[in-house]
Amino acid sequence: MDRIPILKLGEALLVTIQVDMHDRLAMALEEDLTTRIVDVAAKGVLIDISALEIVDSFIGRTLANIAMIAKVLDAVTVVVGMRPAVAITLVELGLSLPGVRTALNAERGMAMIRSLLDAEGMAPGEEAEGAA
Amino acid sequence: MVTPHASRLPGILSGFERQILTDWLGVLRQTTDARLPAAELESQCEIIIARLAQGCRDGNVSDIEAASFAPLRDILADLSRTRALLGFSPAETATFLFSLKQPLFDRLRDVPGAEAASLASETLTVSQLIDALGLFMMETFQRAREEVIIRQQTEISELSTPVVRLWQGILALPLIGTLDSARTQVVMENLLDSIVRFEADIAIIDITGVPTVDTLVAQHLLKTVAAARLMGADCIVSGIRPQIAQTMVHLGVELNVVSKANLSDAFALALRRLGKTVVSVKRPLAADIA
Repeated sequence: MDRIPILKLGEALLVTIQVDMHDRLAMALEEDLTTRIVDVAAKGVLIDISALEIVDSFIGRTLANIAMIAKVLDAVTVVVGMRPAVAITLVELGLSLPGVRTALNAERGMAMIRSLLDAEGMAPGEEAEGAA
Repeated sequence: MVTPHASRLPGILSGFERQILTDWLGVLRQTTDARLPAAELESQCEIIIARLAQGCRDGNVSDIEAASFAPLRDILADLSRTRALLGFSPAETATFLFSLKQPLFDRLRDVPGAEAASLASETLTVSQLIDALGLFMMETFQRAREEVIIRQQTEISELSTPVVRLWQGILALPLIGTLDSARTQVVMENLLDSIVRFEADIAIIDITGVPTVDTLVAQHLLKTVAAARLMGADCIVSGIRPQIAQTMVHLGVELNVVSKANLSDAFALALRRLGKTVVSVKRPLAADIA
Protein backbone atom coordinates (compact mmCIF):
# COMPACT_ATOMS: atom_id res chain seq x y z
CA MET A 1 0.00 0.00 0.00
CA ASP A 2 1.14 3.58 -0.70
CA ARG A 3 2.36 5.67 2.15
CA ILE A 4 2.58 9.39 2.30
CA PRO A 5 6.19 10.47 2.89
CA ILE A 6 6.95 12.46 6.02
CA LEU A 7 10.03 14.67 5.77
CA LYS A 8 11.92 16.14 8.65
CA LEU A 9 12.82 19.79 8.28
CA GLY A 10 14.60 21.04 11.37
CA GLU A 11 12.14 20.80 14.20
CA ALA A 12 9.20 20.49 11.89
CA LEU A 13 7.76 17.61 9.92
CA LEU A 14 6.66 18.20 6.36
CA VAL A 15 3.84 16.16 4.87
CA THR A 16 2.93 16.74 1.25
CA ILE A 17 -0.16 14.97 0.06
CA GLN A 18 0.30 14.45 -3.66
CA VAL A 19 -2.21 11.68 -4.27
CA ASP A 20 -5.92 11.42 -3.78
CA MET A 21 -6.55 10.49 -0.18
CA HIS A 22 -8.60 7.45 0.55
CA ASP A 23 -9.65 6.41 4.01
CA ARG A 24 -6.96 3.82 4.67
CA LEU A 25 -4.25 6.15 3.44
CA ALA A 26 -5.55 8.85 5.79
CA MET A 27 -5.54 6.45 8.71
CA ALA A 28 -2.02 5.27 7.86
CA LEU A 29 -0.88 8.90 7.69
CA GLU A 30 -2.36 9.62 11.10
CA GLU A 31 -0.51 6.67 12.58
CA ASP A 32 2.82 7.32 10.83
CA LEU A 33 2.76 10.97 11.72
CA THR A 34 2.02 10.31 15.39
CA THR A 35 4.95 7.92 15.54
CA ARG A 36 7.30 10.32 13.77
CA ILE A 37 6.36 13.27 16.00
CA VAL A 38 7.35 11.23 19.04
CA ASP A 39 10.46 9.76 17.38
CA VAL A 40 12.01 13.06 16.32
CA ALA A 41 10.39 15.20 19.03
CA ALA A 42 8.96 17.48 16.36
CA LYS A 43 7.65 20.87 17.42
CA GLY A 44 5.72 21.61 14.26
CA VAL A 45 3.82 19.75 11.54
CA LEU A 46 3.20 21.25 8.13
CA ILE A 47 0.61 19.49 6.00
CA ASP A 48 0.50 20.63 2.39
CA ILE A 49 -2.79 19.72 0.74
CA SER A 50 -2.44 21.86 -2.37
CA ALA A 51 -2.72 18.79 -4.58
CA LEU A 52 -5.78 17.48 -2.80
CA GLU A 53 -8.82 18.01 -4.98
CA ILE A 54 -11.40 15.82 -3.33
CA VAL A 55 -12.14 15.86 0.34
CA ASP A 56 -14.87 14.18 2.33
CA SER A 57 -15.94 14.36 5.94
CA PHE A 58 -13.62 11.52 6.89
CA ILE A 59 -10.51 13.21 5.49
CA GLY A 60 -11.61 16.46 7.09
CA ARG A 61 -11.98 14.80 10.45
CA THR A 62 -8.64 13.04 10.04
CA LEU A 63 -6.96 16.42 9.51
CA ALA A 64 -8.61 17.74 12.66
CA ASN A 65 -7.59 14.59 14.54
CA ILE A 66 -3.97 14.90 13.41
CA ALA A 67 -3.92 18.49 14.65
CA MET A 68 -5.33 17.44 18.02
CA ILE A 69 -2.94 14.52 18.39
CA ALA A 70 -0.01 16.79 17.50
CA LYS A 71 -1.17 19.29 20.08
CA VAL A 72 -1.20 16.59 22.74
CA LEU A 73 2.34 15.73 21.70
CA ASP A 74 3.37 19.40 21.92
CA ALA A 75 3.61 20.19 18.22
CA VAL A 76 1.74 22.86 16.26
CA THR A 77 -0.01 21.84 13.06
CA VAL A 78 -0.41 24.12 10.07
CA VAL A 79 -2.46 23.02 7.10
CA VAL A 80 -1.43 24.88 3.95
CA GLY A 81 -2.50 25.25 0.36
CA MET A 82 -6.13 24.32 0.67
CA ARG A 83 -7.95 24.82 -2.61
CA PRO A 84 -11.04 27.06 -2.69
CA ALA A 85 -13.32 24.18 -3.67
CA VAL A 86 -12.00 22.05 -0.81
CA ALA A 87 -12.49 24.90 1.66
CA ILE A 88 -16.09 25.38 0.53
CA THR A 89 -16.77 21.66 0.77
CA LEU A 90 -15.38 21.43 4.29
CA VAL A 91 -17.42 24.42 5.44
CA GLU A 92 -20.57 22.98 3.87
CA LEU A 93 -19.86 19.71 5.65
CA GLY A 94 -19.73 21.67 8.89
CA LEU A 95 -16.03 20.99 9.35
CA SER A 96 -14.39 24.36 9.80
CA LEU A 97 -11.41 22.69 11.59
CA PRO A 98 -11.41 25.04 14.58
CA GLY A 99 -8.24 23.61 16.14
CA VAL A 100 -6.18 23.72 12.97
CA ARG A 101 -3.97 26.61 11.92
CA THR A 102 -3.97 27.39 8.23
CA ALA A 103 -1.78 29.26 5.80
CA LEU A 104 -1.98 30.04 2.11
CA ASN A 105 1.13 28.18 0.99
CA ALA A 106 4.02 26.12 2.32
CA GLU A 107 6.33 29.14 2.58
CA ARG A 108 3.93 31.06 4.79
CA GLY A 109 3.09 27.93 6.76
CA MET A 110 6.77 27.41 7.56
CA ALA A 111 7.08 31.08 8.58
CA MET A 112 4.04 30.63 10.80
CA ILE A 113 5.49 27.57 12.51
CA ARG A 114 8.76 29.40 13.07
CA SER A 115 7.09 32.46 14.57
CA LEU A 116 4.93 30.27 16.80
CA LEU A 117 8.00 28.44 18.05
CA ASP A 118 9.80 31.76 18.51
CA ALA A 119 6.90 33.00 20.56
CA GLU A 120 7.23 29.96 22.78
CA GLY A 121 10.83 30.88 23.33
CA MET A 122 12.22 27.94 21.48
CA ALA A 123 14.12 29.16 18.46
CA PRO A 124 14.14 26.53 15.74
CA GLY A 125 17.47 25.02 14.75
CA GLU A 126 19.59 26.39 11.98
CA GLU A 127 18.60 23.54 9.76
CA ALA A 128 15.04 24.86 9.54
CA GLU A 129 16.26 28.37 8.81
CA GLY A 130 18.41 27.16 5.97
CA ALA A 131 15.76 24.92 4.50
CA ALA A 132 13.16 27.65 4.18
CA MET B 1 -75.94 17.54 -43.49
CA VAL B 2 -74.15 20.02 -41.25
CA THR B 3 -74.06 18.56 -37.77
CA PRO B 4 -73.32 20.98 -34.91
CA HIS B 5 -69.85 19.48 -34.45
CA ALA B 6 -68.67 19.40 -38.04
CA SER B 7 -67.11 22.81 -38.20
CA ARG B 8 -66.95 24.79 -41.40
CA LEU B 9 -63.66 26.25 -40.25
CA PRO B 10 -61.36 23.80 -42.12
CA GLY B 11 -63.15 24.53 -45.37
CA ILE B 12 -63.00 28.24 -44.88
CA LEU B 13 -59.32 28.17 -43.97
CA SER B 14 -58.27 26.25 -47.04
CA GLY B 15 -60.72 27.97 -49.37
CA PHE B 16 -60.15 31.58 -48.43
CA GLU B 17 -56.54 31.40 -47.27
CA ARG B 18 -55.35 34.45 -49.22
CA GLN B 19 -58.28 36.56 -48.25
CA ILE B 20 -58.00 35.75 -44.56
CA LEU B 21 -54.31 36.58 -44.68
CA THR B 22 -54.96 39.94 -46.34
CA ASP B 23 -57.70 40.80 -43.86
CA TRP B 24 -55.57 39.73 -40.90
CA LEU B 25 -52.62 41.78 -42.08
CA GLY B 26 -55.01 44.69 -42.54
CA VAL B 27 -56.09 44.44 -38.91
CA LEU B 28 -52.51 44.02 -37.74
CA ARG B 29 -51.29 47.05 -39.69
CA GLN B 30 -53.55 49.29 -37.63
CA THR B 31 -51.42 48.47 -34.60
CA THR B 32 -48.21 47.87 -36.47
CA ASP B 33 -44.90 47.93 -34.69
CA ALA B 34 -41.50 48.91 -35.98
CA ARG B 35 -39.91 46.01 -34.13
CA LEU B 36 -41.23 43.56 -36.73
CA PRO B 37 -40.56 44.08 -40.45
CA ALA B 38 -43.70 43.83 -42.58
CA ALA B 39 -42.33 40.99 -44.68
CA GLU B 40 -41.52 38.93 -41.60
CA LEU B 41 -44.96 39.57 -40.13
CA GLU B 42 -46.59 38.50 -43.37
CA SER B 43 -44.66 35.25 -43.58
CA GLN B 44 -45.43 34.51 -39.93
CA CYS B 45 -49.14 35.06 -40.50
CA GLU B 46 -49.08 32.90 -43.60
CA ILE B 47 -47.46 30.02 -41.74
CA ILE B 48 -49.90 30.34 -38.86
CA ILE B 49 -52.93 30.21 -41.14
CA ALA B 50 -51.52 27.26 -43.07
CA ARG B 51 -50.78 25.33 -39.90
CA LEU B 52 -54.11 26.26 -38.37
CA ALA B 53 -55.81 24.85 -41.47
CA GLN B 54 -53.71 21.71 -41.20
CA GLY B 55 -54.57 21.32 -37.52
CA CYS B 56 -58.30 21.78 -38.12
CA ARG B 57 -58.39 19.50 -41.12
CA ASP B 58 -57.34 16.30 -39.44
CA GLY B 59 -58.16 17.00 -35.84
CA ASN B 60 -60.80 18.08 -33.42
CA VAL B 61 -61.18 21.83 -33.64
CA SER B 62 -61.67 22.23 -29.90
CA ASP B 63 -58.57 20.35 -28.74
CA ILE B 64 -55.33 22.24 -29.33
CA GLU B 65 -53.34 19.61 -27.44
CA ALA B 66 -53.98 17.17 -30.28
CA ALA B 67 -51.05 15.95 -32.36
CA SER B 68 -52.37 17.66 -35.48
CA PHE B 69 -51.88 21.03 -33.80
CA ALA B 70 -48.26 20.33 -32.90
CA PRO B 71 -46.77 22.31 -35.84
CA LEU B 72 -49.00 25.26 -34.97
CA ARG B 73 -48.02 25.08 -31.30
CA ASP B 74 -44.35 25.04 -32.30
CA ILE B 75 -44.56 28.18 -34.39
CA LEU B 76 -46.65 29.98 -31.76
CA ALA B 77 -44.21 29.03 -28.99
CA ASP B 78 -41.35 30.21 -31.15
CA LEU B 79 -43.12 33.48 -31.93
CA SER B 80 -44.01 34.31 -28.37
CA ARG B 81 -40.49 33.52 -27.17
CA THR B 82 -38.99 35.86 -29.78
CA ARG B 83 -41.47 38.56 -28.84
CA ALA B 84 -40.74 38.19 -25.15
CA LEU B 85 -37.05 38.70 -25.88
CA LEU B 86 -37.79 41.67 -28.13
CA GLY B 87 -39.63 43.30 -25.24
CA PHE B 88 -43.21 43.08 -26.49
CA SER B 89 -45.87 43.48 -23.82
CA PRO B 90 -48.19 40.56 -23.01
CA ALA B 91 -51.13 42.49 -24.42
CA GLU B 92 -49.36 43.11 -27.73
CA THR B 93 -48.48 39.46 -28.06
CA ALA B 94 -52.01 38.28 -27.28
CA THR B 95 -53.63 40.86 -29.55
CA PHE B 96 -51.55 39.57 -32.44
CA LEU B 97 -53.36 36.23 -32.39
CA PHE B 98 -56.73 37.51 -31.22
CA SER B 99 -56.88 39.84 -34.21
CA LEU B 100 -57.25 36.74 -36.37
CA LYS B 101 -60.78 36.37 -34.99
CA GLN B 102 -62.26 39.16 -37.05
CA PRO B 103 -61.20 37.87 -40.50
CA LEU B 104 -62.37 34.39 -39.56
CA PHE B 105 -65.75 35.62 -38.31
CA ASP B 106 -66.18 37.64 -41.51
CA ARG B 107 -65.61 34.57 -43.63
CA LEU B 108 -67.96 32.46 -41.51
CA ARG B 109 -70.68 35.05 -41.92
CA ASP B 110 -70.19 35.18 -45.68
CA VAL B 111 -70.74 31.45 -46.17
CA PRO B 112 -73.92 31.18 -48.16
CA GLY B 113 -76.91 29.63 -46.42
CA ALA B 114 -75.61 30.11 -42.94
CA GLU B 115 -78.35 29.94 -40.37
CA ALA B 116 -78.30 32.15 -37.33
CA ALA B 117 -78.13 29.22 -34.93
CA SER B 118 -75.27 27.41 -36.65
CA LEU B 119 -73.43 30.69 -37.19
CA ALA B 120 -73.58 31.40 -33.47
CA SER B 121 -72.27 27.99 -32.49
CA GLU B 122 -69.61 28.18 -35.23
CA THR B 123 -68.47 31.57 -33.94
CA LEU B 124 -68.25 30.21 -30.44
CA THR B 125 -66.11 27.26 -31.56
CA VAL B 126 -63.69 29.46 -33.49
CA SER B 127 -63.54 31.92 -30.65
CA GLN B 128 -62.73 29.17 -28.16
CA LEU B 129 -60.04 27.78 -30.45
CA ILE B 130 -58.34 31.14 -30.87
CA ASP B 131 -58.63 31.83 -27.14
CA ALA B 132 -57.01 28.50 -26.30
CA LEU B 133 -54.18 29.22 -28.74
CA GLY B 134 -53.83 32.71 -27.29
CA LEU B 135 -53.51 31.33 -23.78
CA PHE B 136 -50.95 28.83 -24.96
CA MET B 137 -49.00 31.70 -26.48
CA MET B 138 -49.21 33.68 -23.24
CA GLU B 139 -47.87 30.78 -21.22
CA THR B 140 -44.86 30.44 -23.48
CA PHE B 141 -44.41 34.20 -23.42
CA GLN B 142 -44.43 34.20 -19.64
CA ARG B 143 -41.98 31.34 -19.46
CA ALA B 144 -39.59 33.11 -21.82
CA ARG B 145 -39.80 36.24 -19.66
CA GLU B 146 -39.04 34.22 -16.55
CA GLU B 147 -36.01 32.71 -18.26
CA VAL B 148 -34.80 36.23 -19.03
CA ILE B 149 -35.28 37.22 -15.38
CA ILE B 150 -33.38 34.18 -14.12
CA ARG B 151 -30.53 34.89 -16.51
CA GLN B 152 -30.38 38.50 -15.38
CA GLN B 153 -30.34 37.43 -11.75
CA THR B 154 -27.30 35.30 -12.43
CA GLU B 155 -25.61 38.15 -14.21
CA ILE B 156 -26.37 40.59 -11.42
CA SER B 157 -25.09 38.24 -8.76
CA GLU B 158 -21.86 37.78 -10.69
CA LEU B 159 -21.46 41.47 -11.37
CA SER B 160 -22.19 42.65 -7.87
CA THR B 161 -19.56 40.63 -6.06
CA PRO B 162 -16.25 42.17 -7.01
CA VAL B 163 -13.17 41.50 -4.93
CA VAL B 164 -10.97 44.58 -4.59
CA ARG B 165 -7.30 44.53 -3.73
CA LEU B 166 -6.72 47.33 -1.23
CA TRP B 167 -3.10 46.69 -0.50
CA GLN B 168 -0.59 43.95 -0.89
CA GLY B 169 -2.14 41.09 1.04
CA ILE B 170 -5.37 42.90 1.87
CA LEU B 171 -8.58 42.26 -0.04
CA ALA B 172 -11.94 43.96 0.30
CA LEU B 173 -15.24 42.36 -0.59
CA PRO B 174 -17.95 45.03 -0.71
CA LEU B 175 -21.25 43.16 -0.58
CA ILE B 176 -24.31 44.82 -2.08
CA GLY B 177 -27.84 43.43 -1.94
CA THR B 178 -29.43 40.53 -0.15
CA LEU B 179 -27.29 37.50 0.56
CA ASP B 180 -29.09 34.29 -0.31
CA SER B 181 -27.58 30.83 -0.56
CA ALA B 182 -26.89 31.08 -4.28
CA ARG B 183 -25.17 34.45 -4.01
CA THR B 184 -23.17 33.38 -0.98
CA GLN B 185 -21.79 30.56 -3.07
CA VAL B 186 -20.67 32.98 -5.80
CA VAL B 187 -19.25 35.42 -3.24
CA MET B 188 -17.37 32.66 -1.46
CA GLU B 189 -15.87 31.26 -4.65
CA ASN B 190 -14.83 34.73 -5.84
CA LEU B 191 -13.24 35.56 -2.51
CA LEU B 192 -11.37 32.27 -2.17
CA ASP B 193 -10.07 32.42 -5.74
CA SER B 194 -8.87 35.97 -5.14
CA ILE B 195 -7.16 34.95 -1.90
CA VAL B 196 -5.14 32.45 -3.89
CA ARG B 197 -4.49 34.84 -6.77
CA PHE B 198 -3.40 37.82 -4.67
CA GLU B 199 -1.83 35.75 -1.87
CA ALA B 200 -3.92 37.68 0.61
CA ASP B 201 -3.56 37.47 4.38
CA ILE B 202 -6.60 39.50 5.29
CA ALA B 203 -10.00 39.85 3.68
CA ILE B 204 -12.36 42.64 4.69
CA ILE B 205 -16.03 41.82 4.12
CA ASP B 206 -17.91 45.08 3.94
CA ILE B 207 -21.66 44.70 4.40
CA THR B 208 -22.64 48.38 4.12
CA GLY B 209 -24.78 47.49 1.12
CA VAL B 210 -26.56 44.55 2.70
CA PRO B 211 -30.07 45.73 3.60
CA THR B 212 -30.88 43.16 6.28
CA VAL B 213 -28.92 40.66 8.29
CA ASP B 214 -31.01 37.83 9.67
CA THR B 215 -29.90 34.50 11.06
CA LEU B 216 -29.57 33.03 7.58
CA VAL B 217 -27.41 35.86 6.24
CA ALA B 218 -25.26 35.69 9.36
CA GLN B 219 -24.81 31.99 8.82
CA HIS B 220 -23.75 32.62 5.23
CA LEU B 221 -21.26 35.24 6.37
CA LEU B 222 -19.82 32.88 8.94
CA LYS B 223 -19.44 30.17 6.32
CA THR B 224 -17.50 32.56 4.11
CA VAL B 225 -15.29 33.56 7.02
CA ALA B 226 -14.67 29.92 7.93
CA ALA B 227 -13.77 29.00 4.36
CA ALA B 228 -11.35 31.93 4.09
CA ARG B 229 -9.75 30.88 7.36
CA LEU B 230 -9.24 27.36 6.01
CA MET B 231 -7.30 28.95 3.16
CA GLY B 232 -5.14 30.77 5.66
CA ALA B 233 -6.68 34.23 5.46
CA ASP B 234 -8.27 36.18 8.30
CA CYS B 235 -11.55 37.99 7.81
CA ILE B 236 -12.74 41.30 9.20
CA VAL B 237 -16.40 42.25 8.86
CA SER B 238 -17.09 45.94 8.47
CA GLY B 239 -19.93 48.32 7.74
CA ILE B 240 -22.59 46.98 10.06
CA ARG B 241 -25.16 49.77 10.19
CA PRO B 242 -26.75 50.82 13.50
CA GLN B 243 -30.19 49.40 12.69
CA ILE B 244 -28.65 46.16 11.55
CA ALA B 245 -26.57 45.90 14.70
CA GLN B 246 -29.78 46.34 16.72
CA THR B 247 -31.66 43.76 14.69
CA MET B 248 -28.81 41.30 15.01
CA VAL B 249 -28.71 41.65 18.78
CA HIS B 250 -32.50 41.38 19.06
CA LEU B 251 -32.51 38.28 16.90
CA GLY B 252 -29.71 36.77 18.94
CA VAL B 253 -27.44 36.57 15.89
CA GLU B 254 -23.83 36.29 16.88
CA LEU B 255 -20.99 36.96 14.49
CA ASN B 256 -17.94 35.57 16.17
CA VAL B 257 -15.54 37.46 13.96
CA VAL B 258 -13.63 40.68 14.27
CA SER B 259 -15.97 43.46 13.22
CA LYS B 260 -15.38 47.14 12.65
CA ALA B 261 -17.87 49.94 12.17
CA ASN B 262 -16.57 51.00 8.79
CA LEU B 263 -14.23 49.98 6.04
CA SER B 264 -11.51 52.47 6.94
CA ASP B 265 -11.26 51.16 10.50
CA ALA B 266 -11.07 47.63 9.17
CA PHE B 267 -8.38 48.68 6.70
CA ALA B 268 -6.39 50.36 9.46
CA LEU B 269 -6.57 47.19 11.54
CA ALA B 270 -5.52 45.08 8.56
CA LEU B 271 -2.51 47.33 7.93
CA ARG B 272 -1.57 47.14 11.59
CA ARG B 273 -1.72 43.36 11.55
CA LEU B 274 0.62 43.28 8.58
CA GLY B 275 2.98 45.57 10.47
CA LYS B 276 2.32 48.57 8.28
CA THR B 277 1.27 52.04 9.28
CA VAL B 278 0.00 55.19 7.67
CA VAL B 279 1.81 58.42 8.58
CA SER B 280 1.28 62.02 7.60
CA VAL B 281 4.14 63.88 6.02
CA LYS B 282 4.73 67.37 7.36
CA ARG B 283 4.44 69.27 4.11
CA PRO B 284 2.87 67.41 1.25
CA LEU B 285 4.79 67.88 -1.96
CA ALA B 286 2.83 69.44 -4.78
CA ALA B 287 3.86 66.65 -7.12
CA ASP B 288 2.50 63.96 -4.77
CA ILE B 289 -0.89 65.57 -4.44
CA ALA B 290 -1.37 65.75 -8.18
